[in-house]
Amino acid sequence: MSTNQGELLRIDNLSKSFSIGGGLFSKPLKLKALQDISFSIQRGETLGIVGESGCGKSTLGRCILQLLKPDTGRVLWLGTDLAALPGEEMRKRRRDLQIIFQDPQASLNPRMTVGEIVADPLRSLMPELSAAARRQRVMEMMEAVGLQPEMINRYPHEFSGGQAQRIGIARALITEPKLIVCDEPVSALDVSIQAQILNLLSELKEQFGLTLVFISHNLSVVRHVSDRILVLYLGRMVELSTGDDLYEDAKHPYTKALLTAVPIPDPKRARQRNIDALTGEIPSPINPPSGCTFRTRCRYAIDLCAQKRPPLEDLDSGRLVACHRWREIDEMAGMGSSPA
Amino acid sequence: MAPVLTVKDLNVRFALHHSTVTAVNDLNFTLEAGETLAVVGESGSGKSQAFMSLMGLLAKNGTVTGEALMGDVNLLALSKPALNEYRGRDIAMIFQDPMTSLNPALRIKTQLAEVLVRHKGQDQKTAERHAVEMLERVGIPEPAKRAESYPHQMSGGMRQRVMIAMALLCQPKILIADEPTTALDVTVQAQMLDLFRTLTNDFGTSLVMITHDLGVVAGIADRMMVMYAGRSVEKGTVDELFYDPRHPYTLGLLTSTPHVEERSRRLNPITGSPPNIEHLPRGCSFHPRCAFRFERCFAEVPPLRELENGRAKACHYEDKLVYEESAA
Repeated sequence: MSTNQGELLRIDNLSKSFSIGGGLFSKPLKLKALQDISFSIQRGETLGIVGESGCGKSTLGRCILQLLKPDTGRVLWLGTDLAALPGEEMRKRRRDLQIIFQDPQASLNPRMTVGEIVADPLRSLMPELSAAARRQRVMEMMEAVGLQPEMINRYPHEFSGGQAQRIGIARALITEPKLIVCDEPVSALDVSIQAQILNLLSELKEQFGLTLVFISHNLSVVRHVSDRILVLYLGRMVELSTGDDLYEDAKHPYTKALLTAVPIPDPKRARQRNIDALTGEIPSPINPPSGCTFRTRCRYAIDLCAQKRPPLEDLDSGRLVACHRWREIDEMAGMGSSPA
Repeated sequence: MAPVLTVKDLNVRFALHHSTVTAVNDLNFTLEAGETLAVVGESGSGKSQAFMSLMGLLAKNGTVTGEALMGDVNLLALSKPALNEYRGRDIAMIFQDPMTSLNPALRIKTQLAEVLVRHKGQDQKTAERHAVEMLERVGIPEPAKRAESYPHQMSGGMRQRVMIAMALLCQPKILIADEPTTALDVTVQAQMLDLFRTLTNDFGTSLVMITHDLGVVAGIADRMMVMYAGRSVEKGTVDELFYDPRHPYTLGLLTSTPHVEERSRRLNPITGSPPNIEHLPRGCSFHPRCAFRFERCFAEVPPLRELENGRAKACHYEDKLVYEESAA
């Protein structure tokens, strides 16, 4: 777990919606991407954010970085509201907050050399550095991510997907950030390369004392890298807890269902497992169900779930669950009907 | 019982501007009645092209040689009209993105009924009735109503169900599924894998599951074939390959895959990247990434050799595969 404790970032009651469609005679529709999100990120931890399409996980990552402006709520960096910072101050802060994208090739400018790409954040965020100092730093960073510094004058198309992702990581690291948002950083990579990048991220985290926000739809990958995990469903928080608690003793019915749906690369375990597949599909975020947004797919749903939104309950030591019935469900599971 | 499909010396080549690349190299395998065979590999391994070639779906610059026997019939030797009789009726294929396989301008029922009109000679009314029945079988709610919709009105999961329904209409002997769940959310993927298990069981269809996801393989397949750089490098039952891999690449894939039920501190990845098939290394294509290579691997391509119980591997290394550092 993290060595240097303390809150680095706090998300306070954040909501974000998008207007879609709309024309001369029709009102645009409101897509509520995130609603009432509150949690904190501790210095030195890896926080995983998981959920299926449309749950708002990428939007959340972008709100943290102030690449998207939340409608309401605040993003507090060491107690300071990032949105309230004047332009120049925010610019300085950007050194501390970086991002790694999903598609490594698409996120690299094909007309720039690797050296230029990796140095790019320095030009705007640390203009005081001389050209020689910049070059020196670029070479060091390439070395740190496992690229040969001699490749500094090559172009992105000369690299494979895994190498391109290493370039993206070097670019994120060059300003010596404190926090990196990794948005599906290995989803586009082959299995063997994916493992290389995951190992690299954990090495770099140790080496540079990073805090990571790791966004992914792949629960096995998130389990592997995260200290704590936040589960989102249709723009709302459903559960937040440590990785071990979540995977061994999930409280929310959605988390449970999500975990039993993950394919396990072990044939004997796969055959034993009683996959209790969730029925139905994710409702549209334009018109989400009333009350608990998960109730339309939840087999424990009762009238209350349609009428009232379950509050996010703090169980103990920061473990959060949003379900009216989690206690009953927990007891039912304890009484013999074996958990899957 | 004779296999439903026997593939012999399958080679797929693509002509480029100044050269020819071999995407599939001397592939040999059988598919037994009612079994599920997983074909596993990373990008460029040739896993999709091998099966596209059986369906006559190669790009214009592609050529195929070898044999693909269903009974006495060699699919690769059939004329286009003759192959059309087989496709959809005896052998069907579905893809990762159902939207690219469905006609956006036609109602679902029209597209489904067409298959039955064409292959079974049913009249339109009967065919549409059967189409709705099949939609119900694949778990589409309100099938009669959904049959009237157009593909864009359905979600990704529903479209993939429609594809499965269409593929199974004629109860083919073989269903080839190319990464059918890769684009789907994990809960929908679980529903879909369940559906594959039920339907192949009910119809006795042999399923070829082309995938890069070892989790999917473990949950659905009886046997598996691992491909690397156009060649089959290891074959056997799923249990044999997962618990006792004999090819270093199979071992590497397994130790690269994170496991949701355990939090191991470190994965043991394969170093390097898959080769570009235009410039394959000499000798064994995997040797630049292999922890067990020795002199012979640099010079000689290892042939696929039979081991016990019908297992096979293409590797010169004979000893037990143990990494030097423990994977702890």
